[in-house]
Order: sequence, then C-alpha cells, then structure tokens
Amino acid sequence: MTPRTSTAGRTAVAAWLAAFEDRDGRATGEPAWLREIRHAAMARFASMGWPTSRDEAWKYTSLAPITSTSFDLDAADAGDLPAAGDPRGDAGDLPEDRLDEAVVRLPAAIRLVFVNGRYSTRLSSVGPLPAGIRIGSLAGALFTEPEIVRSFLARPGALDEAGACSLLNAAWWRDGVVCDVTPGVRLETPIHALFITAGAGRRLVDHPRSLIQLGPGSRATFVESALALTGEPSLTNAVTQIALGAGAELDHYAVGLTGPQAFRVAETETRQGEGSRLSSCAVVLGGSLTRREMRVRLEAETAACTLSGLSVLGGRQHADQSTVVDHAAPRATSRQLFKAILDGHARSVFNGRVIVRPGANGTDAYQTNKNLLLADGVEADSKPQLEIYADDVKCSHGAADGQVAEDALFYLKSRGLGEDRARTLLTLGFAQEVLDRVRHPELRSWLERRLAERLHGGRVHEAEPPEVMAATPAAASAKEMS
Amino acid sequence: MLSIRNLWAGVEGKTILKGVDLEVAAGEVHAVMGPNGSGKSTLAQVLAGHPGYIVTAGEVRYQGQDLLAMPPEVRAREGVFLAFQYPVEIPGVANAQFLKAAVNEVRAHRGQEELDAVEFLALLKEKLALVDMDPSFTSRPVNEGFSGGEKKRNEILQMALLEPRLAILDETDSGLDIDALITVARGINRLRRPDNAIVLVTHYQRLLGHVEPDRVHVLVGGRIVRSGDRELAHELEARGYEWIEPAPEASAR
Repeated sequence: MTPRTSTAGRTAVAAWLAAFEDRDGRATGEPAWLREIRHAAMARFASMGWPTSRDEAWKYTSLAPITSTSFDLDAADAGDLPAAGDPRGDAGDLPEDRLDEAVVRLPAAIRLVFVNGRYSTRLSSVGPLPAGIRIGSLAGALFTEPEIVRSFLARPGALDEAGACSLLNAAWWRDGVVCDVTPGVRLETPIHALFITAGAGRRLVDHPRSLIQLGPGSRATFVESALALTGEPSLTNAVTQIALGAGAELDHYAVGLTGPQAFRVAETETRQGEGSRLSSCAVVLGGSLTRREMRVRLEAETAACTLSGLSVLGGRQHADQSTVVDHAAPRATSRQLFKAILDGHARSVFNGRVIVRPGANGTDAYQTNKNLLLADGVEADSKPQLEIYADDVKCSHGAADGQVAEDALFYLKSRGLGEDRARTLLTLGFAQEVLDRVRHPELRSWLERRLAERLHGGRVHEAEPPEVMAATPAAASAKEMS
Repeated sequence: MLSIRNLWAGVEGKTILKGVDLEVAAGEVHAVMGPNGSGKSTLAQVLAGHPGYIVTAGEVRYQGQDLLAMPPEVRAREGVFLAFQYPVEIPGVANAQFLKAAVNEVRAHRGQEELDAVEFLALLKEKLALVDMDPSFTSRPVNEGFSGGEKKRNEILQMALLEPRLAILDETDSGLDIDALITVARGINRLRRPDNAIVLVTHYQRLLGHVEPDRVHVLVGGRIVRSGDRELAHELEARGYEWIEPAPEASAR
C-alpha cells in the first residue's frame, strides 16, 4: 500500500494511536459495543491517515497545520471536570455574563454548554423542557437513552462511509448533544449547543459529537456555536448527525467564533426522510483553519434541503465550506448558496459535490458560490462536482468572484456616504443574502451586528480572541466600570 | 449657484464635452436638452463627480467653491444631488438603511444632529407620501427588482429627503407613465425655492409641461449651441434637433 500521508502526518497518526491505547485503558466504564466501534474507527483512521491534497475533497485545504502541531492528547481526555482555577481552564472560572457577550444569547433557548468537551451544568440551562423533546448530554444518554445513541453510532456501514476526521471523532468523542423530538411536535424553543475550548498553556483537542433526531412531522431549530478562548493552538473536530423523519423540518445554524489560533473541522451529516426539509446555514467568523463539510442524503421523495454558508476571513485565515448532497430518491430538491468575504491573505474553498443516483428522477439541484475579494493577496477556490446518473434532472451551478462594484460605490457616495461607510454597506450587503436565510430573528440580528463590527470600513479586521478569554473576574469588573 | 466655464471632459479616452458654458442662478430651473449622444448624461455625471469621467479643461464653481476639487461625497453633503438616469441596484442593502445613512451624513455635515430611528421613520413616512411610494419599498434592497418607474420615484424620494441646493435630474422623465410623471414633477416642484436651483437633463419636452423651466439650453456635440426661454423647448418638440446648427460661437446665457 502506498503511504498516503506525509512524514508529519505519519508522526501525528502514530501519536494519536498511542494516545488512543492509553485512553482506551481508562474507558472501561463504556459499553462493549461502543468500545468496539471506537477501536474499529481508530484502526480505520490509522490505515487511512490524514487526508492530503491528493484526495479530491481536500484538494485546496491542507491539514498540515493540524498534523504538524503536537496537541496535548492526554490533557484533553484526562480526569474529570477541571476545578475552578485549574490552568486547563474550566466552566468554574468562565464568567457567564461575559460569555453572553461573546456568543449569541437566544431568549428562552434550551442551552447546553460544553467546556473542553465536558458538559457544564452550571453554564447550561435546559429546564423546564417543553413537551415532546428529550435532550441531554451524549455521555449521559449513553446510559439513559442507549437505543437512540446506538441507532446513530452503530448504524451499519457508518464507518465505511466516514472520512478520516469523522473516524477520529468516532474513536475519540467524549460528549455532545443528544436530542430527540417526538413525532408531530413543533418546537418553538430553539436549542443552542455551545462548545467552548478554554484554558491557558495547553494545546487542547476536543471531538464533540451531537445526535439530532426529529420524528415525523416535527419541527425544531438547532444552533451550534464554537468558541475558542485560548491563545494556544487548539483543535475541535466535531461531528453532528441529524436524522429527519418524514415531513420533519429542521433549521440548523452553525457559528464559528473560534480564536485566532484555533483549528476547526466540523462535519454535519443529515439523512432526510420523505418530504422533510433541512435549512442549514454556517457562518465562519474566526479561526486559523476551518473545514466544514455538510453531507446530506436525500433518502426519500420530495425531501428538500437548503444549505448556505458565509465565511468572513482576514489575515491568513483559511476556511473551507464543502458540501456533499446525495440525491438518492426522486423529486428531491437541493439549494446551495455559499459566500466568502476575503481580505489580507485569506483563502476560501468551496467544494460542492452533488450526486444524483440512478432513479432519482425529477431531481432539482442548484448551487452557487460567490466570493468578494477585498485584497490582491486573497485566494478563492471553487469546485463544483456534479455526478448525475439519472435522467430528467435539473442540476446547475454558478460561481462568481468580484470586488466591490464601482458603480454602486459611486451611487452611495453621490448620496453623501464616505468611502469607508459606502464600502462597509456594500460588503455587508454582499453578506446579507446569506444572513437573510437565518430565520431566527435574534440570531440574525446578532450575526448582523457581529458582521458590522468585523467589517467596519469595508475591510475584514483580524479576528480578535473574544474578550472573555482574558477575563479574570478582576479584569472583567475593571473593564465594566470604565 | 452653478457656474460652468469651458468644460471639457470625456470617458475612456473619448472627449465628449467640448467647452460647455452654463450659468445657473439660485431660484432658477434650467433644462438641458439635446439629442442622444450629445453629452447630456456626461455633464450630469461630471457634476456629481463620477470617477470614470475625466475633466481635461475648464472649471465649475458651485456656491463660489471649486466643485471639481471636491470628492463626490463632499459634493453631496454640500447640497449637490444627481438623480441618476439608471439608478444602481444594491443587493442586500435595505433602502431605509441606505437612506438613513445618507440623511445623517448630510445632516452631520450641515451641523445638524443625526436623526434617530424614530425621527428618521417619521421623516421617511412624510416623504414617501410625497412621491406616492408604498412603505414596503423601504425594507427592500436599494432599487433591486424595482420597475423603471419605481427606481425614478426612489430617486425623487432621496432628493426629497436630502433637500439639496442644486438638483441635477438626468432623464428622470424617461420611461415614466403619466401618473408617475406627475408624481415626479410634484417632487421636483416641491424643491423649487428661491435658494435652490434645478437642472433638468432631458430628451423630451414632456416633463417641462409639469416643471416649467426658466431657461432652456440645447446641447449638441458636447457644447451648448443655443439657449432660450421655455418657448425653445416647444420649438424643439415641434421641429426636432436637426434644425439647430452647432454654431462655434454659441454659448449659454
């Protein structure tokens, strides 16, 4: 077998393997079926290695910054929830009010907060739950709701389809959200899962895994936020699995607010039943390297998905938003809109793969990728991949890269707006098409405010670590008083 | 108010204005007429400061200041307004958001306090009624998906909100049905005051039936070849532009 990984990659794989053996020796409380899956996933990861540019899906995104970093693999998994004052950082010394400034506060939301991969009871607010929903942490559900957990994790063939990062997650996950909505229940309350990496002096790794199941005819809103509050390199390797029953409707949002040193890999896999509807929107506002992959399998007739994404990148940030939409049944619809705003030496990637299986007649698929280039040093790569094995399908794609339109700039100036103000408005206007797809009003206006801060003067400003990061209680109160 | 002397200008290396002279005093309405390609729109764009148009000779004084030295946003804040022949569509920017930004930029420049959201909405409501526009237009993106007539009304709405000292209207009447034409004319007449001036750039006499000009100029081949009172507009309507010979000594006023 040809070695598929670089030297650094091999070293990294070996380090992960050794750490996994160590971890496994301590995970004796887990069910046997799960330990088996973890072993199988790790073995598969080891033989597969990290993806390289030779993999079609990873042509433009190199994981070298991740594979060449030595993370504290043991620290990420060691021991129990860190106590207050622990240098690893913890739920104990994260001031909740400052957390609210750093992430969106959705009124009345069911909020589950995970700090360094551990569920934080103190920062979460889950009760009283509305009727028709079961929700909690995966670590707990493993014992209280094992059938749901197994239906996702032990699904036949799951590991065969998984990519390297997803396999690593399968081997390593510690916690995440499990949510099950009863058939027919239309949940007004949004669910907000917040994953925080916090702590000084450690190179933390986390593999959150969330399982979302919507029964037939039910409806829910699920928001995921990722926040890295550390100046050290950190890695979050998240997997979210979603199953939508017939006629179910899910609004899914992912917001990446990770700090300047953060690496984030996130995969969302959705399986859609007949007539179900998924609307998913991912906004990347921070992080050094982000790779998001939305995989959707439209398994039954007339299922519909709308996938959208916005990356706002400056400095040397890199964000890859990729999609795999699998039309496996007739008359299903997919719509994709991905945009990036690039400044400095930032780089964005959009890989849009659409597969239309034999017999999936009446498929209607459209994808578009547009990038706003604010500087000469930026690069935007766009790769549509349409694989069509059925007749009578409508599949198309569009792509456009451009700068701020001079005629629009002059129009705004001719009404008295200065250069900076005009550019800011036009840049925000470019983003708005994606934000308009965010149907939760508080989330949308929060994102709009965040973008306005990030884009003032019509430039993308370097991602600052959120202020909560440095906030010791003393510093926080001093700041509030000034 | 506005004094143009021997203005030469062009776009993409092509000279279009070849020595325009024009004097517009406060309180006056001037019509600049002419056949297609005579340089009417170029004159309007040059006055507003479009960066694509290069002035090669001449000068423009506005309220005693060197207009050509001002960047376009400063001209706007100083009270120059151009109603575009082809208003630009700006996806993703709500009309109200844009209008509020513009009004407050101009107000700040005039030393007036910025309007808050409530005050601005009250002002906007009043001006919307003036141009007979549905309030739903304010939440839509600027000009996007607007019909030709809606775009022109939106220009007049902006003019009404910004209250310019010098308004230049570039073919604002083209493509309007009679109702829209009357609405647009009402908006223009509302601006007609002893301390304001209006320049109507138009191909047809149509609008001039509703906004009576004090002076009419004919622009041919990049120069003003004939000036007169409103009778000249009627004559042009009846006889076309062919009978006017570009006279080398012709000048405005």
